Amino acid sequence: MPTGTAVLEVDISHRFEAFRLEVRFRAGAGVTALFGRSGAGKSTLVAMVAGLVKPDEGTIRLGDRQLYDSDGGINVPAANRRVAVVFQEPRLFPHLSVWRNLTYGRWAGRRRGSQDPASVIELLGLEKMLDRRPDGLSGGEAQRVSIGRALLADPEILLMDEPLSQLDGARRAEILPWLDRLAHETGVPILYVSHALDEVARLADSLVVLSEGAVVASGQVEDVMRRIDLGPATGRYEAGSLLNGTVEAHDVEFRLTRVAIGDGRIEVPAIDGQAGDAVRMRIRARDVAIAPEPVDRTSIRNCLAAEISGIAEEEGAFSEVQMCLAGTGTDSPDSEAQYLRARLTRKSVSELGLKTGNRVYALIKAVAVERQAGR
Amino acid sequence: MLSPEAVGALLLSLKVALVALSFALPLAIFIAYALARWRFPGRNLLHIAVYLPLVLPPVVTGYLLLVAFGPNGFAGRWLADLFGIELAFRWTGATRAAGVMAFPLLLRPIMLSFQNVDRRLERAAETLGASPLTIFVTVSLPLALPGIMAGAALGFAKALGEFGATITFAANIPGETRTLALAVHTALQQPDGDRLALGLALLSIAVGVVAIGLAELPFGRSGKRKAMRADGNGRA
Repeated sequence: MPTGTAVLEVDISHRFEAFRLEVRFRAGAGVTALFGRSGAGKSTLVAMVAGLVKPDEGTIRLGDRQLYDSDGGINVPAANRRVAVVFQEPRLFPHLSVWRNLTYGRWAGRRRGSQDPASVIELLGLEKMLDRRPDGLSGGEAQRVSIGRALLADPEILLMDEPLSQLDGARRAEILPWLDRLAHETGVPILYVSHALDEVARLADSLVVLSEGAVVASGQVEDVMRRIDLGPATGRYEAGSLLNGTVEAHDVEFRLTRVAIGDGRIEVPAIDGQAGDAVRMRIRARDVAIAPEPVDRTSIRNCLAAEISGIAEEEGAFSEVQMCLAGTGTDSPDSEAQYLRARLTRKSVSELGLKTGNRVYALIKAVAVERQAGR
Repeated sequence: MLSPEAVGALLLSLKVALVALSFALPLAIFIAYALARWRFPGRNLLHIAVYLPLVLPPVVTGYLLLVAFGPNGFAGRWLADLFGIELAFRWTGATRAAGVMAFPLLLRPIMLSFQNVDRRLERAAETLGASPLTIFVTVSLPLALPGIMAGAALGFAKALGEFGATITFAANIPGETRTLALAVHTALQQPDGDRLALGLALLSIAVGVVAIGLAELPFGRSGKRKAMRADGNGRA
């Protein structure tokens, strides 16, 4: 496992036809998601980092190596960049076995790195298909082979250009856990391009939001995703919050798991994991209601005390209310602030008299567990 | 039925066709790849030049070879002076004539199959660290193999039966340049040559049947699978 992970620094501007790409961001250890709607320039950016498209101007650095510098006349060929790519489609070599595909970087690219084929094969569950040809694989299997092939080419960074976009829902669900393991077990930094917020929430540590050729937000994934002002870039329907908690106990009889977040406790459908394990959850804004006082009897079991930290008024019928959960942030110096968004009608906000600074109770109807890190 | 003369003509034909193919095929693969992939000055001119033997009367091609490579031709004199190589009126000249005539037939399927190789696979190979030459050998060439086999089969058949350019450039010398086609022609010129001509014709048919059988091999069951694989995976 590599110890010092290389940081990717991109600062480029590029123009093709009427479209202008003006982008500056960094991607370090862990998974950095490059998020934006189609046409935001994501794939072009990936091709530039990989060395397949030459930017008009700017610089691309990876660790201490300058990959591209328009002023200095530096443009390292793709083959020498040690930037491996997982494309939207698997792009496996049809005339080679799965094993020969996986090890292509070693025997054709003369790359012999820290990744051991046996452990990558085990990590991605490819043991049984090594002798097969790519045409006999399902879409999900082929994409797993493609990921393994990229990893075994000894990259300093792995680019993934919407690797799940060509797969149906079931195949995506099948492959996501593999990606999750890979991202957090191999130590290779990943730049993950996506327009699906659920993938980002599950996999990413950092998030760069791209809109119309420019970076509109970047930072820790929890921070960026809680921002209310990114509606046009992230899509209103998807609005929600990411919360980090720890497993506290399991309720075997009702098949629930209790998770602690700050001072509060919520129950989610039973998950694996032991007390103390970290869990990331995603709660959609439209699944959150607000009550000024604790509610005694309701079917909603999850109720968290919080303080309103902002209200975004809109033109239409709805408002977005952002709350800081009790026992996080200023309340408690050793826990980072965690925010929850609620999507309410403007009328509710007005009738309840909700104002920034109010202490309220957030009623949560549904929780999706995005990621479990059992480390 | 097979006279020593007929057997000699058959063996000579096979030798000429095989030698012609052995130098024309690598050159055809290189030029096909260049035409399919690179943009360079003179590309159109090269494109026309390699296809000319297909449309010119073969006797004209033979005449042009004679002008260039004959004993008094500019290239011929140079070759003779520097390397002691003489082509005209030799079996080596017959291979040159057969190779030139077969070239366009060899080239076309190879060029088409290079054009059909998915560029995205080559890009993927690049990001995995492979050099351009390695990508050519490990990706482009194997994926173009069905086209290369088809081109080789067509070119071999053409070289085997070449007549016009051969008789013009290499003449009709028994044992040296008298291939099957030329032997049939010669037999027909003789008053009592009917039987010999018939025998040679039957021999030609037999050789033709075997050649077609071999040519179909790459498009047999395994060939079809290969072609589908190349399509299915690359374009999916």
